[in-house]
Amino acid sequence: MERREFLQKCILVIAGASVPLSALTLIDPKKVFAENPDIQWAFLVDTNKCVGCGFCVKACKTENDIPFDANVSRTWVERYVYTKDDKRYVDSPQAALNGFTDSRIDLGRGEYKEIDKANVGKAFFVPKLCNHCSSPACTQVCPVGATYKTDDGVVLVDRTWCIGCGYCIMACPYGARFFHPVAKVADKCTFCYHRLSKGLDSACVNACPFKARRMGNIHDKNDPITQIIMNERVGVLKDEFGTKPQAFYIGLAQEVR
Amino acid sequence: MVGEIAKHAATVVHGEAWTIKELFTLPNEYIYWSIQIVMYPYMTGLVAGAFVLSSLYHVFGIEKLKEIARFSLVFSFALLPVAMMPLTLHLQQPFRGINVMMTPHFTSAIAAFGFVFTTYGCIVATELWLVYRKYFVQTAVALKAQKNRSAVDGFRMLLFSALTLGAWDISNEAVEKDHKACKTMAAIGIPVACFLHGYAGFIFGSVKANALWMTPLMPVIFICSAVVSGVALCILCYVVVQEIRKFMAKRKIARWAKDPAAPTIEELEGAKHEEVMIASNYLMYFMIAALTLEILDLIFRGYTQVKSWDILREVIMERDFTKIFIMQYGLGNILPFLIMVLPGRTVRRTTIATVLVLFGVFMMRYNVVIGGQAFSLSFSGFMDYTLPIIPHDLETFKEGLFGALSVAVTPFVLFFFINKVMPAFLKEEESTH
Repeated sequence: MERREFLQKCILVIAGASVPLSALTLIDPKKVFAENPDIQWAFLVDTNKCVGCGFCVKACKTENDIPFDANVSRTWVERYVYTKDDKRYVDSPQAALNGFTDSRIDLGRGEYKEIDKANVGKAFFVPKLCNHCSSPACTQVCPVGATYKTDDGVVLVDRTWCIGCGYCIMACPYGARFFHPVAKVADKCTFCYHRLSKGLDSACVNACPFKARRMGNIHDKNDPITQIIMNERVGVLKDEFGTKPQAFYIGLAQEVR
Repeated sequence: MVGEIAKHAATVVHGEAWTIKELFTLPNEYIYWSIQIVMYPYMTGLVAGAFVLSSLYHVFGIEKLKEIARFSLVFSFALLPVAMMPLTLHLQQPFRGINVMMTPHFTSAIAAFGFVFTTYGCIVATELWLVYRKYFVQTAVALKAQKNRSAVDGFRMLLFSALTLGAWDISNEAVEKDHKACKTMAAIGIPVACFLHGYAGFIFGSVKANALWMTPLMPVIFICSAVVSGVALCILCYVVVQEIRKFMAKRKIARWAKDPAAPTIEELEGAKHEEVMIASNYLMYFMIAALTLEILDLIFRGYTQVKSWDILREVIMERDFTKIFIMQYGLGNILPFLIMVLPGRTVRRTTIATVLVLFGVFMMRYNVVIGGQAFSLSFSGFMDYTLPIIPHDLETFKEGLFGALSVAVTPFVLFFFINKVMPAFLKEEESTH
């Protein structure tokens, strides 16, 4: 075979093969299913209903084996107090594990501030947890792929593969991640994936006495949670980061960050 | 399973030991990246900078830097393994560190670090081999010719024979080929060295959640300050090593000093002066570039005043004012620059300036890494870092003063051993170039 002939045949084979091969990538079944899975979990927080009892934090720590006295938590509740003289105070003592039993604001460094009740303009509670973002910054930066997003929209951490570099903790704009004090790996809310997959509610949803926390399948148009997200005015936290959070808030104040 | 972990006594969270929280910070916020992550870009920067200095001679043929260039290359090799040390020390699961090479997740800025780093290591090793091949061959041949070899010399003969990798030809043509290959390697090495460090800057600059880190200038700032620190360290070590050699030559302590052909004290002094002066010129050019970029970044933030500026201003202008403006810019940039730029520059003055420059670059790394974590993601609170000095457990040792010091000392120990095999100071006829 001459060189010219060889090259001609090569081009012919490549051109001929590229058509069926490109079709193969076009209909990648995994991709097709991922784009339209049956389930896509979303969280709904009604800040108007939260009273800051902290049952959700307790339930979460018990269910997910986060030591009670460790100063980290997969979920927490923040208290916002605005005074009439235009000052803002925020706190979340021990992640609100025991609720807000002290009327004073925790300023850190062991200092507390009592606010005159007559001076309070507005005050409310905001529960927080991992937003299970659609384009999460944390899974993007994991150097070993130990944290990932499942097909049904939950961001998880593989405890057997995490190297504990902390890059995901740094990348999360919501402070949802931390190092587990015993397992020594990155840890975060899993939407209680072990419960969801058995058809149960997550621990915090289950523990909330006022239905301030709810979960639903956002791909099911008839799901009551999806109905609320579609029809009412809901907000998400820090949308400027482009992470597309999947935890939606009713009654979100713009000062909440 | 439930409650099993909760029973454990260990409930101190990573970062709690050295973080003091003030006002409102999110419950999970701590200074997770501490002193070892300050050391990491610092050491990587020194590696890259030392290599760039050596390349000035090898690629651009700045003849007057010949000796300091060879020294820098050897020193860069000694610094190389140390760049990995702080990373391993800060991992919560150090034994899984190798996973980064096994299952790299390439959307992460850290994932390719292992590969870039290894490539760079190979380039430096190859260049060193090309520079020292002639010396290896000559030493091995000389040792082979010796009749009654001691055990040590026997070992050295084996070592040097192995190091030649079977390339025993040291004819002029072969050496000339080495020279050409070396130039090519150095030329490839410069972009890789810059990439290695620009990449370290990218790791920080691409964290969109962090208002202080996120700027596209970060990689460029890191490269410039890397070259500054690398050149400064090479000048400093070069002067110190030359002083030690002078001392040895005077007292005739070392084996080479007893050789009648050994350089005299005047020769050592003369060589040192010229090399230091030229290298310090380059140091100043890069200092100007680094400082310009850093100030540009600061001015830009102050001028545009985006949402994060309120909290950043408080951190930069008030809480960290001493660390940033006095220690980093004042003592670490302006003072050494004045010391060098004032007329009648001497080696001694330059040496003092390099110490200050090294301190300044360290403070820059510190202010970026720790300063970036000094404020809460909620923009409503602050976190103070206290460096653990006396360790009370493994974590406070690893991420404390002594952990950082062990990282800082290791390159010098390595240099001592590498210098035995690849002496940074060679007589003219032994070296390829």
